[in-house]
Amino acid sequence: MRRVAVIGTGHSKFCFNSEKTQVEMLAEVALDAINEANITPKDVQAVNVGNVLGDFEEGQGMVQSFFANDIGCFNVAASRFEGACASGSMAVRDAVMWVASGYYDIMLVGGVEKATAMGTPLATRTFAMFGDSRYEFPAGFTFPAVFALLAHLYSNKYGIPLPALKEQMAAVSVQSHEYAVKNPNAQIHKAISKEDVLKSFMVSTPIQLQDACPFSDGAAAVVIASEETAKKLVKKPVYFAGIGQASSGKLSSQQKYLPRIRARELASQQSYSMAGLTPKDMDLCELHDCFSIAAMIAAEGLGFFDYGTSGLAWEKGQTRIGGKIPINISGGLKAKGHPIGATGVSQVYEVTRQLRGDMAEQGRQVDGAKYGIIDTLGGDGVLVSMILSTM
Amino acid sequence: MEYKLTFKNYNQALKRDKLMGLKCKDCGAFTCPPMMVCGECASTNHEIVQLSGKGKVVTFTTSFIASEGRENEVPYTIVMVEMDEGPWIMGNLVSMDPKKVAMDIVGKTVQLGNRVYPADKYSNGDLARPAFSLLE
Repeated sequence: MRRVAVIGTGHSKFCFNSEKTQVEMLAEVALDAINEANITPKDVQAVNVGNVLGDFEEGQGMVQSFFANDIGCFNVAASRFEGACASGSMAVRDAVMWVASGYYDIMLVGGVEKATAMGTPLATRTFAMFGDSRYEFPAGFTFPAVFALLAHLYSNKYGIPLPALKEQMAAVSVQSHEYAVKNPNAQIHKAISKEDVLKSFMVSTPIQLQDACPFSDGAAAVVIASEETAKKLVKKPVYFAGIGQASSGKLSSQQKYLPRIRARELASQQSYSMAGLTPKDMDLCELHDCFSIAAMIAAEGLGFFDYGTSGLAWEKGQTRIGGKIPINISGGLKAKGHPIGATGVSQVYEVTRQLRGDMAEQGRQVDGAKYGIIDTLGGDGVLVSMILSTM
Repeated sequence: MEYKLTFKNYNQALKRDKLMGLKCKDCGAFTCPPMMVCGECASTNHEIVQLSGKGKVVTFTTSFIASEGRENEVPYTIVMVEMDEGPWIMGNLVSMDPKKVAMDIVGKTVQLGNRVYPADKYSNGDLARPAFSLLE
């Protein structure tokens, strides 16, 4: 297989109540990515798009074709990926495979969502569609509830009393908000304290509002190309060193592993193995912190901390710039925002720009970073992992 | 190849407080909710069985938010229960005030009953759910 690189990136500001359509949001970030890659839309051979609920948000299915046409990628193959919150990452991983295989040389990958157009009740209903609709939705399944179940399980399994775990969870949110203040694309530009988290609205015990990411609108895009083409077009291609994807069934079927997410461990092992690297080699990480407890479970599943200890790592600052492994220096899903179809593409954007050294002007550069890993979780059943590299 | 224990049949039985599952004739594991294959060894050599309906609470949450159309259910308690035969299933705890459910619920023995979610425009019909009560 050929090596594949990111050669262009685009990212909208994530927000509530976007005034733009999904096609418009995608078109803007795509042209930014295309311009950065020093190509034109005519050079794009195929388009992949992550989009989850466009049907409910705008009454718009098949957004990928209208988007491709809108930006002048006339008549190319355009495909939509749906794996709940991992849709964008699936779209990227799939494009990497097509370019690596030699079938295409240049592809455009976008991700978009306009979740706030649904309003919170319908958004909660449609997000719950990514749990098992027959056997788990009837009990009142929502994603806050899923991670609440896992939080209580985590507390018991690792012997961390709930009040201590709540403090650890709060530390995750506090850090994300702090970095989001420095990210102009972030949805929430407001620092919060541990006390703010612990006094926020109780959503689903023990998860409070400030343990949870918001509903979001936004888009991100990347242009990817084969190594040979990338080197001709840009000065600093960022390479995909490893990719992985795995799936799992309904939450109850994962009983042997919970609160660990087995599919994440398998997906990241695929990435590490393909890259010939280990967690110790990573210089930064963007992981799926849809809830604070989800971030802790992810950091352990990716191999950065022992099971049951990642909350302490957050409290000690080991997840900040200068710490053992800088995590979610973008502000994460929690504060950067989580437009679900776009999130994985946004993570690739973030790590690419960190590896190119572009974040210094925002005051959140991980100096000298060579390897970064992204982790995206869709529903309770799609996990994607990708390792990016400067070399 | 025929799907041995369909949702339709599982749902109808649950409405009569019967929890149906599959017992694998190869490895002996129980699969519930049902699947095409044994959840343990992926064999299709299994038979439909009724589970005892008894189990222990593994984890829980009390929710103060709900999906569209279910706002009148809050607060409600979701429990994950390990049935005596082994499988975990998700249901509600209905025998106590949701606001009073705390960590000490974990490990308590519960008995299955049911409540029916009456359907919305996306659910393709009504859906029975396990509704557990504390046994002690």
